[in-house]
Amino acid sequence: MKLTGAQALIKSLEMEQVEVMFGLPGGAILPVYDPLIDSSIRHILVRHEQGAGHMASGYAHATGRPGVAMVTSGPAATNIVTPLCDAYMDSVPIVVITGQVAYSVIGTDAFQEADTVGITMPITKHNWLISDAQDIPRVVREAFHVATSGRPGPVLVDLPKDVANTPMDWYWPEKVDLPGYKPNVKGHPRQIKDAARLIMEAQRPVIYAGGGILKSGASRALRELAETTGIPVVTTLMGRGGIPDEHPLCLGMPGMHGNYTAVTSMQKSDLLITLGARFDDRVTGKVATFAPDAKVIHVDIDPAELGKVRRADVPIVGDVRAVIEELSKAIKAEQQKTGGASDISPWLAQIRAWQADYPLRYTQEDGGPLKPQFVIEQLRENTPDDCILASGVGQHQMWASQLWKFKHPNTWINSGGLGTMGYAVPAAIGAKVGRPDRMVWAIDGDGCFQMTAQELVTASAERIPVKIAILNNAYLGMVRQWQELFYEERYSEVYLSPDLPDYVKWAEAMGCVGMRVDTADDVVTTIEKANEIDDRPVVIDFRTDWREKVYPMVPAGASNDDIILGPEFGEGGH
Amino acid sequence: MIAHHILTVTVENKPGVLSRVAGLFSRRAFNIVSLAVSPTDDERFSRMTIVVDAETAPLEQVVKQLNKLIPVIKITEVAPAEGVERELMLVIVKAAAETRSQVTELTAIFEAKIVDVGYEAMTIMVAGEPDKLDAFSDLVKPFGIVELQRTGRIALPKLSRQPTRLRAVKAVRA
Repeated sequence: MKLTGAQALIKSLEMEQVEVMFGLPGGAILPVYDPLIDSSIRHILVRHEQGAGHMASGYAHATGRPGVAMVTSGPAATNIVTPLCDAYMDSVPIVVITGQVAYSVIGTDAFQEADTVGITMPITKHNWLISDAQDIPRVVREAFHVATSGRPGPVLVDLPKDVANTPMDWYWPEKVDLPGYKPNVKGHPRQIKDAARLIMEAQRPVIYAGGGILKSGASRALRELAETTGIPVVTTLMGRGGIPDEHPLCLGMPGMHGNYTAVTSMQKSDLLITLGARFDDRVTGKVATFAPDAKVIHVDIDPAELGKVRRADVPIVGDVRAVIEELSKAIKAEQQKTGGASDISPWLAQIRAWQADYPLRYTQEDGGPLKPQFVIEQLRENTPDDCILASGVGQHQMWASQLWKFKHPNTWINSGGLGTMGYAVPAAIGAKVGRPDRMVWAIDGDGCFQMTAQELVTASAERIPVKIAILNNAYLGMVRQWQELFYEERYSEVYLSPDLPDYVKWAEAMGCVGMRVDTADDVVTTIEKANEIDDRPVVIDFRTDWREKVYPMVPAGASNDDIILGPEFGEGGH
Repeated sequence: MIAHHILTVTVENKPGVLSRVAGLFSRRAFNIVSLAVSPTDDERFSRMTIVVDAETAPLEQVVKQLNKLIPVIKITEVAPAEGVERELMLVIVKAAAETRSQVTELTAIFEAKIVDVGYEAMTIMVAGEPDKLDAFSDLVKPFGIVELQRTGRIALPKLSRQPTRLRAVKAVRA
């Protein structure tokens, strides 16, 4: 069967069971947009290419399947660089297809030419420039395989316009042949046995669960491991929801804005059972003083993470879920042989005491300014258990991660590694497209919202009813917080104004319902109103207290021992 | 010579592979001392010999990160003491009539070869261990070096001098 390169590309995407893609056409990708008309694939027309990339990422987070974005060459390709880098840092499987100028003119500085493969090389797991239409099915097959296997990540396929117009003989490769790519899934049995022994001997163990738990679908396995051993679990920013927050062994988020118990239990631990996490600087604080007494078991599918930041006593390369299951078996076998692990009840008692003494605290005064934390707690109370929550980056993100009670895996979508402001709106849209059965809320900051709000036009046009809660404190809040604490309250370029733009009018102009909340009394009724709207997006402008800061806080570069609890805990808050 | 590691890396012979490898080194802030790329006996693959500054780069990280590149097929580490390293240098040395014999003499001592002779200069080819090349260029410097080019080193592991069945087996980690 003869197809054009463009037809072969669309057919290859169908073969990969792509149901939806996010994109925006342009000159070099025009040939591919023609056969798209006859395809079963739903295309969502974005208003900016960055939106397409983050939507694909939100879709992937919510569904566990690769998100697909397609844009044209040059400026479109550079506009999607941020989402690629974002997905690379957070190991999100997205497949980006870019148009390219004709192969015959590459290198001549042709109109809308950019070296897309060169630009995206360090921020993709792999990328391809197709020079021969006959290669298209093979490359698409490889691209999806690379994006979704091993440590997931973004890939990019660059397709020159003349290649898209060239006829080829259709085929579908039966298997992928990449001699240099063989992810190791199964953990080494001897290492697993060593890990089991360390776990049995530990007096103060903590499970340090990262985003890998969600990527490998290991939530149930994690829960079983925790329950078998009675070992408490911290869930990182990327791992939130890996075990339900209401589980008695879940300690919540560690790190720079983690709660006291999660931070301190890691710090005082004698064994960190690290599962799909990577000792990010936002978790460790000053590495030299991080968890000084802890031995480390480190499980990751990416061998390069083992020993990158912290030496592991027992490194295990493998799929986190497969390894946890083997580990649970090994522990049970060991328990039967030796009659049980060391007694960790004094450790758990210590942890309970920390939880009682140092909870997350804020005060919503009657008639006082609206606290952002109060809004988040009310939102959680008034949304379904399986509600998907997206967020941008900054104070609102930290409060959301701290205070939201995650009850299911894959219900938390945010930009962790890259810290991409503006992530929330498009990511929420992508999530809602992937999971139309779920309610999807985004908690966003006013600064973030202004970066990508135009995608709400996309959401209105496509009838994607996402709900956006802007915590509008009229500042680039996190930057303001650092200037207050570390730059002697010298505020430099952080004020945004609460009224400019008028968020309600802006929302309405984009086809959404816009509402505004100034007082605590109106929070719940407005959320309820928003929940009832299911035919268009909703934006709520919550006017929150600009003075509020995120606590606890470990200042950048400081030791986790020097955690600051905040003014709620008295002068200095130490 | 600064402390270094030598990696011989077998890669797929495809466009852009050198760029991927070089880009990885710069992104991860690893310093390359030298880099040599050549075809292998199998046309599907090329071999890169990369000498890495051991101080900027923990060897384990370099190897693991390189291994993540999809066109990288195989990486062999050659410890400097356990490898055979060679490099080639071409150097144009000023050698007018009055100094020509001294330069020629040095060339003979180093078992180097004069490959081109001009009116006031000669091009000399030196092959050998990198230290030998350093020594030669130091010694001809006073005469005046017009131009100098080195290939970067290539390396292979030293061969065993024992019959296979008698070779010591590396202890397996308990």
